[in-house]
Amino acid sequence: MSVNLTLLLVMGVLYAIGIYLLLERSLTRVLLALMLLANATNLLLLATGGYAGLAPIFGKDIPATAYNDPLPQAFILTSIVISFAVTAFMLSLIYRSWLLSRADHIQDDREDRRVARQELFDAEEDSEIAIEVSDFHENNQPAGSREMIPEVTLKKAAVHHAVKEGGE
Amino acid sequence: MALLAPIFFSRWGRAAFYVLAAVPAASFAWLLTQYGAVYSATGINPVLDVPWIPALGVNLTFRMDALAWLMSLLVLGVGALVLAYCARYFKTDDAGLGGFGAQLLAFAGVMFGLVTADNLILLFVFWELTTVLSYLLIGHARTRIAARRAALQALVVTTFGGLAMLVGLIMVGEGAGTYSISGVLARAPQLVAATGTPGTVLDIGVALVLVGAVTKSALLPFHFWLPGAMAAPTPVSAYLHAAAMVKAGIYLVARLAPGFSGTAHWQLLVTVLGLATMLVGGWRALRQHDLKLILAYGTVSQLGFLMVVVGLGSREAALAGMAMVLAHGLFKAALFLVVGIIDHQSGTRDIRELSGVFRSAPALGVVALIGAASMAGLPPLAGFVAKESVFAAFEAHARYGSAGHVAGFTVLALMVIGSILTFAYSARFLWGGFARKRPAPGGAAAPVADTPFKSVDWLFLGAPALLSLLTVAYGAYPQLAERWIAPYSAPFPANDPHPQHLLLWHGVTLPLVLSAVVVGGGLALFLLRRRFESLQARMPALVDLERLYRQAIVVLDLVAIWVTGRTQRGSLFFYLAVILGTAIAAVSAVLATTGPDWLGRHYTVDGGTPFQVIAGVVIVVGALAAARASKRFMAVLMVSVTGYGVALIFALQGAPDLALTQMLVETIVLVAFVLAMRSLPPGLRERTRGSHKLLRVILGAAFGAVMVVVGVVAMGSRIATPVSLGLPALAYTGGGGLNVVNVTLVDIRAWDTFGEISVLAIAATGVASLIFVRGRGQRLARAETVETGSIGRVGVPDGSPSPVAELARRFAVVPGNPWLVAGRTLAPERRSIIIEVVTRLVFHSIMVLSIYLLLAGHNGTGGGFAGGLVAGLALTIRYLAGGRFELAEATRVSAGTLLGLGLAAAALTALAPLFLGGEVFQSAILSFDLPVFGHVKFVTSTLFDIGVYLVVVGLVIDVLRSLGSEIDQHEEDGIGDITLIEDDEPLEVGR
Repeated sequence: MSVNLTLLLVMGVLYAIGIYLLLERSLTRVLLALMLLANATNLLLLATGGYAGLAPIFGKDIPATAYNDPLPQAFILTSIVISFAVTAFMLSLIYRSWLLSRADHIQDDREDRRVARQELFDAEEDSEIAIEVSDFHENNQPAGSREMIPEVTLKKAAVHHAVKEGGE
Repeated sequence: MALLAPIFFSRWGRAAFYVLAAVPAASFAWLLTQYGAVYSATGINPVLDVPWIPALGVNLTFRMDALAWLMSLLVLGVGALVLAYCARYFKTDDAGLGGFGAQLLAFAGVMFGLVTADNLILLFVFWELTTVLSYLLIGHARTRIAARRAALQALVVTTFGGLAMLVGLIMVGEGAGTYSISGVLARAPQLVAATGTPGTVLDIGVALVLVGAVTKSALLPFHFWLPGAMAAPTPVSAYLHAAAMVKAGIYLVARLAPGFSGTAHWQLLVTVLGLATMLVGGWRALRQHDLKLILAYGTVSQLGFLMVVVGLGSREAALAGMAMVLAHGLFKAALFLVVGIIDHQSGTRDIRELSGVFRSAPALGVVALIGAASMAGLPPLAGFVAKESVFAAFEAHARYGSAGHVAGFTVLALMVIGSILTFAYSARFLWGGFARKRPAPGGAAAPVADTPFKSVDWLFLGAPALLSLLTVAYGAYPQLAERWIAPYSAPFPANDPHPQHLLLWHGVTLPLVLSAVVVGGGLALFLLRRRFESLQARMPALVDLERLYRQAIVVLDLVAIWVTGRTQRGSLFFYLAVILGTAIAAVSAVLATTGPDWLGRHYTVDGGTPFQVIAGVVIVVGALAAARASKRFMAVLMVSVTGYGVALIFALQGAPDLALTQMLVETIVLVAFVLAMRSLPPGLRERTRGSHKLLRVILGAAFGAVMVVVGVVAMGSRIATPVSLGLPALAYTGGGGLNVVNVTLVDIRAWDTFGEISVLAIAATGVASLIFVRGRGQRLARAETVETGSIGRVGVPDGSPSPVAELARRFAVVPGNPWLVAGRTLAPERRSIIIEVVTRLVFHSIMVLSIYLLLAGHNGTGGGFAGGLVAGLALTIRYLAGGRFELAEATRVSAGTLLGLGLAAAALTALAPLFLGGEVFQSAILSFDLPVFGHVKFVTSTLFDIGVYLVVVGLVIDVLRSLGSEIDQHEEDGIGDITLIEDDEPLEVGR
């Protein structure tokens, strides 16, 4: 099977540069990266269609093998137009992000970082609570005068103990 | 029934518990009628079998044999009594009573299902249901942190065991080749005899099942959840944690003991854990001050005891074990209910606060006395009969059993010690709950005042009283229980050559002597309680397993946070790098392992045509420039260059449709970019440096290289005849078109295209909603309402304007519209006469061209996409020349309408054939003659193409209106001029 080296090499370069730009923080560059990647993928599809051939406009006397494969072409056509729609959408995202936060770069997710730094001490699970001696809670004495179940901590977590739950 | 419970409660308040209690009570009555069937002489038990997932051997099979019948008796009987008791225990206005009643009733049903299930998986389902319901019931007081915590702890521990059990059940079931419990037990002798891997698998499987039983029945080292679960309302404790749920583990052991008591780890697990639990539970019960906790630790102790007995696997032990299960269910439930009454009437369960309760409520005291005496093993009660038989069974085991004398008598001795502890805590319970307390030595001389105690309603007392009555009756006439148990215990091998029976009086035997030792020892322990307490206080605390558990959970949290912090870093770069790295590594690995396969193929390398090479070079240069560009628009332009280059390659490869579409898209995208980014700063700052940049280069290069190899391999794999060879002919005959690509899109693969235009419509809506935020924006005012030259004015400096500006102004203030409808609305400095003229000249031609492309697309280059894009370009030109009012004048139809119409047209071509007897998207060819056009061949799929056209036009209009007009408006309103905040490092940047 013949391999069109030009197509593949160009595709490889587009992929490489696309990935390089994709890993950038600037949203604009990420969008450009997506466009390059789309082009690269279209080339890959085209390459898998095989040899160059006639435009697939049906003629009674032309053998089917003379055409360039029409199936990848249909896929690519779909891909081109969808990429256009996605690009337009990304553009409005970038504009909106700029309008709201004056930023066009990808920020780290603060929530994720907050999760990673959260305290080990969970009042629901680990705080000190009073032992109850009646199902009828109005009868249970106030927390201070009862025996307590001590809180659970690890030495490492001792620093986090600023939070203390009072009573229930 | 349980589902209806909340309705009953809203209607009848707490009296609804009686209605609920009627359900298990009725079942109980039904159960009694089944006696004949269960204990028939034929030995065939009633079975109900409903296929559920037969392919996996999971069926809803229920079998009512002696063991199931006995357990059901206990579960349903105690269930009915506890539910009835609840009617007096709770107040009508207690929150969540409906749900509580429903859960308790559902629990009774589930427990019944558990003991009758004859399928391992079904058993597991019920098992987990009891866990979940227990979680809900323990956490009934959901406003109390103690209840929530205890509920979660019980859930975690028992679910852990449940999961181990599931694995075990599957191992056993797969090994046996059936999931039917009776089937597994029937095959058990062969399974146990197996050696090698199947034998090991069975041993491990059974051990895992035992882990489930151990967690459920609160044996060491998982016993701590049961005292914790005392945060549940007392009726729940009475039912779940004394009579029913914790017995599930005992039941499971009893169920499997006939087959598997001989497996490798069985005796070790059951005996050692059981005895240890018995001793630890009894020891700790003697330290408690809360009546409920005394009972809870007592239950732990008794469960350990039961486990040893039931798990032994001899005929005597099976009989004694089940006798003990029944006796324990009766007295422990009664005692819990008594505690509930004490708590309800006096407001505390603390034995240091209670005093003189017996005098206030003698009837209650008698009920408690019977229960406690039975627990302690005093004649003539059920507990005594059962305990005697246990001692007898283990005496026989020690004398005649396979384990030898030493081990056998050691077990027996430990049991006696455990029983002494049991006696002592029974006495402690009775004394603590009912006695008048003497002041502590050295304290005040006056006796402790009696605790205020409200008188007890007989309905309230009814349930525990009935249970105590049964305890007495059982003790008086144990032969009945023996008859019930006999079919279960008979298949076990007997140790004692003389058959043993449940009797009150055996004569003077070793068990009787042991009972006397127990009474003596227990009494001594009770009388010396103060000294014993101080001894306990001096003893170093044993490992506090609950604390250990909670610390383990803290460590688990620590690990979870650590792992989350390592993997969820919130950095897109990190995620992408991992994903790409994985992709590269995985694909490379596949390529490497299949290397010989594809390396050996023959490839003819084709350099491509010279023009392709030139285009390729242009693309590569453009892409490199785009990567290096530090100006925003330069980067955009360079990417466009690559896009146009790709279009050229398409053309050279034999794909004119693609080339055309690509050119059009590139052009419109370029315009859109410029429109959207005009308010952003011109510079593009590089934000990654150093090692990150190197990593990016490496990842990019590696990915590109891998993709090249993949492409080569893919090409090399193209050896079969392509499916598309048939497409041209198919397009012509079936689709009625010459352009194969177009027919493929609108006919052969119309579903794809329909999905695609849906995406386009969504994207267009997304663009509009991001910019307009609310709605698609009101329709722009007509151009007539706008003052001439008012739009987009740039501040003119004071002083005399230059002659050029003067000229432009004169041209611009002509009130008429010589070229464009709305051209005059623009400020003079924004206008260009040349563009206006050219627009005027070419707009209509371009529109005609777009319609030509649309219609010609079926047979030649073109189609709905290309046509729509060309029309979009024409509109773009109008907008660029005349501003947003010009665009509004040009498109009086809203973009949304166009999108909707387009989708509707496409849907119509999809659905219409259905009504005409065809298939979805089937097209028809209509030939007719028209006066001017001559012979016309119309293919219905053209309608679909028109739909595509409309959607594409709608998309372009949305882009122009949003990124063009609306941003114009923002700029004029000054929204774009807010002082720039330097957004350099507002966040901690790090990855």
